[in-house]
Amino acid sequence: MGGVSDGVDLREAAPAAPGPTGPTPPAREPRNGKNRFGLRQKAVTYLVLAPLAILFLAPFAWLISASFQPMGEIFSTTPHWVPESPTLEGYKGFLNVGDLTNAQQAQGHGDWRWFANSAFVALTITVLQTFFNALCAYSFAKRRFPGRNVIFVLFLATMMVPGQVTLIPNYLIIQHIPFFGGNDWMGSGGHGWLDSYWGLIMPGIVSAFGIFLLRQYMLSIPDQLLEAARIDGASEFRIFRSVVLPLCGPALAANAIFTFQGAWEDFFWPLIIMSSPDKITAPVGLALFVVQNRTSWTLLFAGSVIATLPMIIVFIVFQRRFVQGIALTGIKG
Amino acid sequence: MMAQPVVRTETDAAPVKNGGRWSRPRPGPGSPHANRRSLPARIWKERSAYVFLMPGMLIFSVFTLAALIFAVYLTFHRWSIIEPDKPFVGLTNYRDMIHDERFTESVLNTIYFSGASVPLSMATGLLLALLLNLPLRLRGLFRTAFYLPVVTPFVVSAILWKWLYNGDYGLFNYYLLQAHIIDDPLLWLSDKNLAMPAVVLMSVWAGTGFSMVVYLAGLQAIPQELYEAARIDGAGVWQRLRYVTIPMLRPTTLFLLVMGIISSLQVFTQIFVMTNGGPVNKTTTMVYYMYLWAFKYFDMGYASTLAFALFLMLLVFTALQLRLSRQEPGAWAA
Repeated sequence: MGGVSDGVDLREAAPAAPGPTGPTPPAREPRNGKNRFGLRQKAVTYLVLAPLAILFLAPFAWLISASFQPMGEIFSTTPHWVPESPTLEGYKGFLNVGDLTNAQQAQGHGDWRWFANSAFVALTITVLQTFFNALCAYSFAKRRFPGRNVIFVLFLATMMVPGQVTLIPNYLIIQHIPFFGGNDWMGSGGHGWLDSYWGLIMPGIVSAFGIFLLRQYMLSIPDQLLEAARIDGASEFRIFRSVVLPLCGPALAANAIFTFQGAWEDFFWPLIIMSSPDKITAPVGLALFVVQNRTSWTLLFAGSVIATLPMIIVFIVFQRRFVQGIALTGIKG
Repeated sequence: MMAQPVVRTETDAAPVKNGGRWSRPRPGPGSPHANRRSLPARIWKERSAYVFLMPGMLIFSVFTLAALIFAVYLTFHRWSIIEPDKPFVGLTNYRDMIHDERFTESVLNTIYFSGASVPLSMATGLLLALLLNLPLRLRGLFRTAFYLPVVTPFVVSAILWKWLYNGDYGLFNYYLLQAHIIDDPLLWLSDKNLAMPAVVLMSVWAGTGFSMVVYLAGLQAIPQELYEAARIDGAGVWQRLRYVTIPMLRPTTLFLLVMGIISSLQVFTQIFVMTNGGPVNKTTTMVYYMYLWAFKYFDMGYASTLAFALFLMLLVFTALQLRLSRQEPGAWAA
């Protein structure tokens, strides 16, 4: 937000500056792009865009169609874009609900719990991270306390550390969390948070980037507003909850959407720390399924469709926020 | 002039006899002199700010700060999860890395991937953004179509494309054979010359939508007056593109380039799902190689050393990113 408003300010300030001394700026011509954009150009544009769009969408069309095809149809020499004998076998097999065919019993099946795990973990991370990020951001943006700048710079510096560098030590740290997973107070003896939801959720409940983003947004809240609440006797937490949070709607929404997206499709971290087949998340389940059951493509396609649906729904519901969020952050979650 | 501040200080902070002891008057909360109080008093007054920061600081100190220090520590040890003995080995890991041919290969593969996928998805994204910035009726529909791959989970994209590249039943081979572009089916992901381009193509498909949306935001921030002025000067479509649009998009381009490089250097998911680093290590990227050493060969020390090599490469670009975001905040957001 800070960035966006800066840009606007600059643009508005620029023409105003030479005003008093220089010649008066020429009157703004009305936008007439539509008139100049002729029928022929329009046709050419569509001719370029339409085939590209078809190329971009074709894999999705195939994915949806194939998820309803029985195995024999997928493995035919000519691809069927419309399933000849539609079946829900793939969905049943991947979710492991209803009666499975003998082939599926033999070749392995998925588990509906993978999706439940993904939903639980992604939602928990989203709620906690949005809350804790906002709490930190508020302190950095609107509170003056000794050590603020040092701590803030430290936070910023952590944005420079890629997840891959801390991945291996974090695996070992998670393994040695005291009192969990059979560990003693020294953190040895058991497996700690490995193969548990704690290990999936805890490292994700704050993000330096999210804090930075929300802080920039909160800087634009006028201090007088907070001061007024303080004079009225509101506690600091009350001010945060009743004054700051309601004013940060768009930034909080952007933070939440990108966090959910990132947590839902997170792959590397759950891949290395989770091992029980009933505790893994959907992306890991799918990826391991490819490695282990190389031929059960019906199930894989069905699982892929289910794993994609929440993302598409979130995208369609929050489409406006998405674009706003990208403008706000300049980044994908 | 000099006397005034001195006088004011003396009156404000004059020692007052108070219960037999000399002490400074305590400024009330919110008074303009609050910042003159002692450090512990200020910390106590703002204690709620520290409470607010607590959860965040705790998580950061464990999973980032401590982890970073631990990662450095690991690089100096032969640290295997399966062996109880974890001896200090000095710089052996670093020396091994320099002489490790597979490591060099993984660096080259990673650079190949970044060098191909980032410019390609940026160029496609720019083309789409330019077209979608025109007044078209179906603009929203097209935008959604090109953005869909971005919201698709990466694992799903990788699985789907793995099938599309299938040698016997994949759609690529089917349509290329039908069109007589190729005579024999290609073994996309198992051909040592085709595997990396295949992964790149899939990544371009998955990433173009993001470049497109960022470029669209950049295009909409260009003042219309510039185009009017260029038109009055007699500039045609191409000249306006060359001398107005592209220079005005420079910050956006730079942003996408740096962000693209940072994320593409960390490529892992596609490799894990589609090729497993093969054939003959042709798609073994730095992160995949690190994964192999940590979780297949269980040598955490050497794997951490590999991670630091990646860190070093990323640091250059991340520093650039932070610098630019401070210099041109408006442009970065647009």
